[in-house]
Amino acid sequence: MITITASHYNTKVAHSRAIAEPAWIRWLLIASALGFLGLFLFVPLAAVFTEALRKGIAVYLAAFKEPDALSAIWLTFTAAAIAVPLNLVFGVSAAWAIAKFDFKGKSVLITLIDLPFAVSPVIAGLVYVLIFGLQGWFGGWLSSHDYKVLFAVPGIVLATVFVTFPFVARELIPLMQAQGKEEEEAAIVLGASGWQMFWRVTLPNIKWGLLYGVILTNARAMGEFGAVSVVSGHIRGMTNTLPLHVEILYNEYNYVAAFACASLLAFLALVTLALKSLVEWQAARAVTTNE
Amino acid sequence: MSIEIRNVQKNFGDFSALNDISLDVPSGELVALLGPSGCGKTTLLRIIAGLEFPDAGRIHFDGEDTTQRHVRERQVGFVFQHYALFRHMTVFENVAFGLRVRPKSTRPNEAEIRRRVHELLNLVQLDWLADRYPPQLSGGQRQRIALARALAVEPRVLLLDEPFGALDAQVRKDLRRWLRRLHDELHITSVFVTHDQEEALEVADRVVVMNKGVIEQVGTPSEVYDHPASPFVYHFLGNVNLFHSRVHAGFAYIGEVELAAPEHVGAENASALAYVRPHDIDIQREADGDSAFKVVINHIHPIGPVIRLELGREDDGEFIEAVLTHERFRELNLQAGEHVYVKPRKVRIFLQD
Repeated sequence: MITITASHYNTKVAHSRAIAEPAWIRWLLIASALGFLGLFLFVPLAAVFTEALRKGIAVYLAAFKEPDALSAIWLTFTAAAIAVPLNLVFGVSAAWAIAKFDFKGKSVLITLIDLPFAVSPVIAGLVYVLIFGLQGWFGGWLSSHDYKVLFAVPGIVLATVFVTFPFVARELIPLMQAQGKEEEEAAIVLGASGWQMFWRVTLPNIKWGLLYGVILTNARAMGEFGAVSVVSGHIRGMTNTLPLHVEILYNEYNYVAAFACASLLAFLALVTLALKSLVEWQAARAVTTNE
Repeated sequence: MSIEIRNVQKNFGDFSALNDISLDVPSGELVALLGPSGCGKTTLLRIIAGLEFPDAGRIHFDGEDTTQRHVRERQVGFVFQHYALFRHMTVFENVAFGLRVRPKSTRPNEAEIRRRVHELLNLVQLDWLADRYPPQLSGGQRQRIALARALAVEPRVLLLDEPFGALDAQVRKDLRRWLRRLHDELHITSVFVTHDQEEALEVADRVVVMNKGVIEQVGTPSEVYDHPASPFVYHFLGNVNLFHSRVHAGFAYIGEVELAAPEHVGAENASALAYVRPHDIDIQREADGDSAFKVVINHIHPIGPVIRLELGREDDGEFIEAVLTHERFRELNLQAGEHVYVKPRKVRIFLQD
């Protein structure tokens, strides 16, 4: 292990010397990258937390005790809690089908999986309005049977599922394609059933990629604004998610509360980033300890 | 366990991978499927395993039809070209896998699994690697673990897909001999796929030469090497000199040279291909009747135990390759640029349609 790291280090040094730039160019590049990051990423993040805490911690915390805020937090977590498992199952099955089998329409399926990335979230929301709205295809039938989809929790969940659709599948398809199907075939030849093959061979091989996809799905599910905004109807305490709640508070000039809720979303984003780094680190470690 | 393959047909789209293949693998034999890439040998192996299904034809194990049997129930051991070891499991767990996935009623207990796995690891002489992970092993070690894993389920048939294809030359030679010895100990009916003629001739009891989805010849290594059934087999097994000739009434005419071809006594002015192996060529300083070519020596290459000569025919400039022993070479005292006569000792002639 030690020799491997040492030789790794040596090649790195040799490599970087061979293509080294003069010192001032390096510093200029590093400084401009850091400056850009600071201006566009760090300053806004700091602004969110300073604005939120401007009138003290008591006012900050009061923003979360409000029933509307609590219901928004609850709805955000509910939508994520439904969307993430659904897209986990869908993502794994789609990646499985695409990576392990050849069938007609495969490229169409790959393109369809990317659709939520390609269309604007607002359009995605509007599609659901067209389908489930009162003037839409199923709107009449739904309202006559007293089902509420639009301007209710189901609509928000549907919109969230739609926009977070590609993350898991996109993460797994290249991974599973690279791994091929020989290990699965080996498991089957050795007498494993389909489930045994999946749990004992496939899942352990994709677990880090899968976790990474789930983290991204969750981050997007909790942060989604556009699509959810169209289908939600903005009913306070009923169909407002956290991002929508922030917008309402801001429009009412309630800056402290708006930034307080925004800081919660920012905090969740930071947790996501930390988890993501942890997963990447673990995945890299799994590779090196096995080599 | 014998394997009988009956009229197997397999197409991938418009491409005919296997065309009406019939083959018997007698119980306890080690058989090589030999051919260039794309000849269908791997497809045939995967059909025997049950990883692919034939479009037509049947597969029998010991007379029992297994064509529709799922691969899981066929009890075959399969060794993949790139090992396909489970990379997240230790070597021990890899070998134990086939025992652990058995239904409760037939699954051995933990102590028995432990015993069996260590027995197999000892058989492949890698017991000391039990706690390592596959990426920590060398290619040759991985291949032996893959074999131990395949044997763990006590397969009725062992199938190996290019088992040494991804290894370097020295390891490949060692493993070849080792596989042969292992087969002599276990006597399990085995089929392995290879594109390396040396490997097939050295290891197998019987060689099946395939080309473009059909079987060209089946025979022992010396049968296919010494008596190739078709021009393809002649070409594929070892180096060969090719001459275009005309056959008439039991004689083949190549340019000015006349060679006896008693097997084609009925042929009349037929065009034919004559094959001569480089080591079946004699070099002489004097012409000897009409059966020798006049050539010039272009190059002399000493290659290990033999001398290879590159010769140019004086009548049409065609290239001839000859292989001599060191003794014969010294005896003749040949120099590059000299003019000599070559006489084929053994010729095989195939008439062209």
